[in-house]
Amino acid sequence: MEEQEEQVPVQVQQEQEIIPKLDIPDTAPREIPTGNPVFDVQNASMYYGDFRAVTDVSLTIYENEITAFIGPSGCGKTTVLRTLNRMNDLIVGARVEGDLRYRGASLYASDVSPTAVRRRIGMVFQKANPFPKSVYDNVAYGPRINGIRNKARLDEIVERSLKQAALWDEVKDRLNKSGLGLSGGQAQRLCIARTLAVEPDVVLMDEPCSALDPIATGRIEDLMHEIKSQYTIVIVTHNMQQATRVSDRTAFYSVLRDARSDTRTGVLVEYGPTAQIFGDPRDERTQAYVTGRMG
Amino acid sequence: MAVATNSAGRPVDLREPAGWRRTKNQIMTVLMWASFAVVLVPLAFVLVKVFAAGASAINWQFLTNSTIPPNVMPLGTGGMGPAVIGTLEITGFAALVAIPLGVLGAVYVNEYGGRGILGRLVAFMSDVMTGVPSIVMGLFIYTIWVLHFGYSGMAGSFALACLMLPVVIRSSFEMLRLVPDSLRQGSYALGATKARVTLTVVIPAAIGGIVSGALLAVARAAGETAPLLFTILTVEQTNSNLFSGPNTALSTQIFANATSPYVGAEARAWGAALTLIAIAFTLMIAARIVTARFTRYSR
Repeated sequence: MEEQEEQVPVQVQQEQEIIPKLDIPDTAPREIPTGNPVFDVQNASMYYGDFRAVTDVSLTIYENEITAFIGPSGCGKTTVLRTLNRMNDLIVGARVEGDLRYRGASLYASDVSPTAVRRRIGMVFQKANPFPKSVYDNVAYGPRINGIRNKARLDEIVERSLKQAALWDEVKDRLNKSGLGLSGGQAQRLCIARTLAVEPDVVLMDEPCSALDPIATGRIEDLMHEIKSQYTIVIVTHNMQQATRVSDRTAFYSVLRDARSDTRTGVLVEYGPTAQIFGDPRDERTQAYVTGRMG
Repeated sequence: MAVATNSAGRPVDLREPAGWRRTKNQIMTVLMWASFAVVLVPLAFVLVKVFAAGASAINWQFLTNSTIPPNVMPLGTGGMGPAVIGTLEITGFAALVAIPLGVLGAVYVNEYGGRGILGRLVAFMSDVMTGVPSIVMGLFIYTIWVLHFGYSGMAGSFALACLMLPVVIRSSFEMLRLVPDSLRQGSYALGATKARVTLTVVIPAAIGGIVSGALLAVARAAGETAPLLFTILTVEQTNSNLFSGPNTALSTQIFANATSPYVGAEARAWGAALTLIAIAFTLMIAARIVTARFTRYSR
């Protein structure tokens, strides 16, 4: 018995020596100051019907930060993201348990209107989904449903939003052309401009770059850095380099397999400053994932 | 030449190998062209025959004169004006009743009540309604409307609307179903309500198909005869009041004139047939133009 107990730490040490270190500058802060909390999630679980998709999610997302959700497929990152602006209400049978607060108010209280929530918490999807309308009408769509009819005001919003999304120079001469005629990267930036046009408080991004080439991805990452001072961003990404490049904090999710009922449930494993998650992970599963040993 | 060389210097034939593969292709090509011709023959025959027999009857007087002459009168007296006006009025009002109702029904089934009892009931009933013969629809309106309120153009409109309704529901439903869910999600994510999403994203995205489906239903209804026989009776003078008194339509005039033995009546029947085809054709062209206009942003 005594011998075995002594062997365990030795094995762990050997493993750690083999693991390659990710290229995180040593100067990156492992602890960062916390701003105002935007979302405060405590012990939340998400269900689709009887199926528990994600469990034990507790995290706080802070103002003017970029928070990345990473983890293997099926770990529930997107589900958690979609519960933050109640997009999962649209899926029949989806429900949430636990305490989810947005700026102090309970998101799932019975008197909270999902549309009012979504007007403050916008979303950019994995696949660019411009409306089959002109570029102008795509961006003006949100302001219009909020009751802005004044042409001059709309012009101003469209120009500001497209500039924020770094798309203005490319489309200013074809605002009246179809939004579907844009390239993949342009279409995604159009969707970002459309989201920014309603001046949301938070922008949720669900793998916004997964269908884009590195140049288009780089543009969107630059734009995220630029708008960070005005918005709070939560991004789901499969690309760990992207998480290290853009995010201040990272949440790592993993999958728990129940061998008996053969079900998979997502779980939040570790949440902390990005530099700490990638450079000094406290959980073995996080370490295995960020170093590429687990898919 | 379709011969390449492999790394060992031997020739590689890149041509389609002769034999059964190629023969199958040829057989299928011939079959496809043959079916195309088979479909084309009746269409061409109808068009050529109606045009040849009807063109001589068509002139301004034929289309606008407000008195349909008795069957015995030769061509050149009176005209089909009452029938032209009747057809336009009756089908127009039928479209006014059936298209909004049908599109709203399709919106309900696809966007709102889809999986619920009522949604499935509406979808199922409209499919059943498609199978009801047009003469039964005429009899239906006869018993519930004409027996109480008398013959009128409106009664005919109701019968035609009953025929158009399931077609409009089905075609609109198919078009709404094709609208990708990602567009709805995009709209919801901007804080739109369900009604907003439907009105400003879903229907505009599907409008081209909805319009052309509706106009095809109108064109079909314009040629219906059986339901009108029971509901509008027939008159020889223009009755511009759709809501009361017997009326007439091109289709019922074709029926009345073509079944009589007089030369003048026969010519008038051909002329009326050509007029009806022209009206339907105009609607088809309109459908194409409208569809193209509404879908200019969708590619």
